[in-house]
Amino acid sequence: MNDYQWPDPATRPLLGKRISRVDGPVKVSGRAKYTYDYNPDGLLAGKILRCPYAHARITSIDISAAEKMPGVKAVRIIQPAGTEIFWAGDEVAAVAAVDEPTAEDAIRVIKVQYEVLPHFVSDAEPPKNIALDTGPLSQDDFEDLEDNQVPDEQVIATIKKNGISFKPSDKYLKSTQESGTSASVVQALREAKYVEGATSHSPYKKTAVQKQGEPDKAFASAATVVEGLYGASCITHCCLETHGMATEWTAEKDLVVHISTQNVSGVAPQVAEPLGIPAGNIQVLEQYVGGGFGSKWGPDRWGMTTAHLSKSAGGKPVKIMLERAAEQEVAGMRPSGYGRVKIAADKDGKFVAWESTSWGTGGMGGGGTPPLPYIFDIPNQRKQNVAIATNQGSARAWRAPTHPQAAVITMGAIEDLAAKMNMDPVDLITRNLELTGKRADTYRDELPIAAEMMEWKKNWHPRGDKAAGPVKRGLGLSMHTWGGRGHNSECDLTIHPDGSVEIKMGTQDLGTGCRTVITIVAADTLGIPMENVKLLIGNSRYPVSGGSGGSTTTGGVSASTRRAAVEARDQLFAKVAPALKARPEELEAVNGTVRVKGDPSRSLSWKEACSKIGAMPMTAHGKNPDKSKPPDLTNSGVGGVQMADVSVDTETGIVRVNKMVAVQDCGLVIDVKTAESQVLGALIMGISYALYEEKILDPVTGRMLNPNMEFYRLAGIADIGELKVHMMTGKGYDERGVIGLAEPPVISPGASISNAVANAIGVRVPFLPLTPNRVLEALEQGGAHARV
Amino acid sequence: MKDNDARKPEPVSGVTRRDFMKISGIGVAVPLLAGPTVVQAAGEDVAVSGPGKVPVELTVNGKKLNAQLEPRVTLLDALRDNFNLTGAKRVCDRGVCGACTVLMDGKTMYACSVLAIDAQAKKITTVEGLTEGDALTPVMQAFIDHDAQQCGFCTPGFIVATTRFLEQHPNPTADDVRLGLSGNFCRCGTYNGIRAVALATTREGRSS
Repeated sequence: MNDYQWPDPATRPLLGKRISRVDGPVKVSGRAKYTYDYNPDGLLAGKILRCPYAHARITSIDISAAEKMPGVKAVRIIQPAGTEIFWAGDEVAAVAAVDEPTAEDAIRVIKVQYEVLPHFVSDAEPPKNIALDTGPLSQDDFEDLEDNQVPDEQVIATIKKNGISFKPSDKYLKSTQESGTSASVVQALREAKYVEGATSHSPYKKTAVQKQGEPDKAFASAATVVEGLYGASCITHCCLETHGMATEWTAEKDLVVHISTQNVSGVAPQVAEPLGIPAGNIQVLEQYVGGGFGSKWGPDRWGMTTAHLSKSAGGKPVKIMLERAAEQEVAGMRPSGYGRVKIAADKDGKFVAWESTSWGTGGMGGGGTPPLPYIFDIPNQRKQNVAIATNQGSARAWRAPTHPQAAVITMGAIEDLAAKMNMDPVDLITRNLELTGKRADTYRDELPIAAEMMEWKKNWHPRGDKAAGPVKRGLGLSMHTWGGRGHNSECDLTIHPDGSVEIKMGTQDLGTGCRTVITIVAADTLGIPMENVKLLIGNSRYPVSGGSGGSTTTGGVSASTRRAAVEARDQLFAKVAPALKARPEELEAVNGTVRVKGDPSRSLSWKEACSKIGAMPMTAHGKNPDKSKPPDLTNSGVGGVQMADVSVDTETGIVRVNKMVAVQDCGLVIDVKTAESQVLGALIMGISYALYEEKILDPVTGRMLNPNMEFYRLAGIADIGELKVHMMTGKGYDERGVIGLAEPPVISPGASISNAVANAIGVRVPFLPLTPNRVLEALEQGGAHARV
Repeated sequence: MKDNDARKPEPVSGVTRRDFMKISGIGVAVPLLAGPTVVQAAGEDVAVSGPGKVPVELTVNGKKLNAQLEPRVTLLDALRDNFNLTGAKRVCDRGVCGACTVLMDGKTMYACSVLAIDAQAKKITTVEGLTEGDALTPVMQAFIDHDAQQCGFCTPGFIVATTRFLEQHPNPTADDVRLGLSGNFCRCGTYNGIRAVALATTREGRSS
């Protein structure tokens, strides 16, 4: 068996250098074609009619006028009369027409009548007196327990006692086990009693108290105890390219799909099942995607609708891209997460006890419970969560699901504890690093580097800036972790007799640098320039590669590429060895040549070497080991530290970020340039959700009040301050293998900015975003209370 | 009062009185181009386009482009749907995000907020028109060098905006950049690179 290990640091011509992304030229020149740009002759424009009510039942739909309209080629009822609708913006009917204006006109003449039902959209703190939920566990409830690492025996007891309201398939049980659920829990699910889900009346679902150690005793004997309120509001993904899909029936059972997705290899099965055609008949294509951030995994109902409309229109291509308002309302949001927290330390500053009641909403589903306390395994704990069901479009994975909320809640409480103890939070955290387990050494390396970059010692002051004037300045910090092991991925690498190299992989580049990473690994392994590598991705006909979620892509694609390239290189060595009068294992591919190690005089140019292959090209396949096996080229588990420097105008409540620093580990960095960009981008996205972004729902109408981009505000170029990034590389990091980077750096900005604001103005602004009204309210009330 | 009760001036075919009332405020400011119907309003000739498709001629990237378009079609949709110039993107669709930025007579313009019929007789330059063949402009090369892009969806709009910004501010300060490039949004968070591009391109240009 081959040794695929990453090359020694001394022999890495490209790995770990600063290399510009390979798709830069096509993007900057406007030539990159996204799904939204797919525009073949005869393309029909699809549009969707959406429900204007947050909760309603459709009583009648009349599409006859739309069907008769000139230019309309197909009309489809998506949800028939009688259907109960649970959120505003849900899909009701659709049309395909010769152009967009005609489709819009046709949508307007569809008549739908609704029985409007009561809705609930508030994620304010739940009342104290709600009863424990003893109903059967839904799939969401179960996954919440697992995501929150509730001990197995408690999960099993709950499953036995309450039953389950879903019927887990073998496929589901297998996949949940693969993603970390223990065999005993899977067995409990297998044997669980099925109970019809309650048609419930209360939006609140309160889970049982989770307890560890002796929290009451620990609080009673602690030296310092603080209580506080923290959290983050619902935000949207706000992908600049809205969700959308185009389909074309090229034969009775053959479908071509263009889709804006993070999951090129995984879409066909999802499209095939509802259509009743073989997944192998479906070709899924995507070259560029205008943002996903966790929200673009499947065809969605609008995508499936394009397939139905196309069929009705005789197979002509139909494209539906969501309007901005629909994108904001229904195509993905990050659940809110709030918590009332009590935390205690002993006289040495060791964390001894934690108590929290957390709540939040992810729409009608659970939305996930933040893992509290974040990072620190405090010995004595008591915690409880309440999931709130609200009438709004469902939550979708948003970069590092549940972690940013958990960081805001936990790191806020720790900062408040430090303030009460009159300690520098860097010192307090440093004293407790052993509670972070496996990542402790990483944080221990990173904290001083971040402090140095921020000049923390010089610039930090105790809580409350005492300087004169209305503008107060402060520093704050936060830390985070994530898994990020590479996903399953396969790669075909072909060497042609003319020396050119071609790679095929069913992956996608979300803008993270995936293309660049694959090209670097192949060229580095084969000792050739990157220009020699022709990379083909974004096609479901290529070898299967995982979806881009959970920071798994870079680790996955780099490992499968390395394997394919090593295989191909060794096959080439076998063909070339006789010409160099050497054994294959004596050869190396370096600097555009294939040569005998230690004897550069016995050398062939890459092109000459490849001509020895013969007339036919030679393809090698790389496949990552199953996830049940220990990782080799990739790994899991990273740590990062971030610090923020802010100014707060106490008269206007406006917060400005002066500077942020991020120190981040991700194992072996393949391309420093795009890796730094990923972290810089996360800081900016973090500033955006810390200060501006909020999905605001109107309690009266149940609708989103800001489903646009003027009132759903993203950070602009004027809002970002100075940004500094340091990637941990070298010994202790490189040898761990490649680990994903997309989620971790987006976790801490909210918490570090919130802490910096508290340090500046002397009171805690409990909830993100830190808008002027929240800042002023906290100042007025001295930080004791604040509304959600 | 019914539509057919209207007195003088009688609208000509295709224009109801209610439509006429809406457009009568525009007076003679509308140039009389081929295609629009001419109606009389208060003794003046008024060009009325639509409601059906009308011939539209646009001058884009130095070429005359012709199409039959409804008057409600925006410049952005005309460029994309009729002429397959897909560099400009529709993102917010209401003049906020800058992803559809083009140059109109040399000035930056949100193409989503201009009707195609109103863009006639103007010189329009899209991101595609900034280059010839595979050659990149210095601004484009700087976006690559500073990695001022991730998913790339906002990038064409930023390229056009930055190109114009640097023409106006050959030696920009950091504050110039903050103000001058605030008309475009990015979701992936590429502003750090874009800021570096704006502050460095001219310096690099000068030194070479």
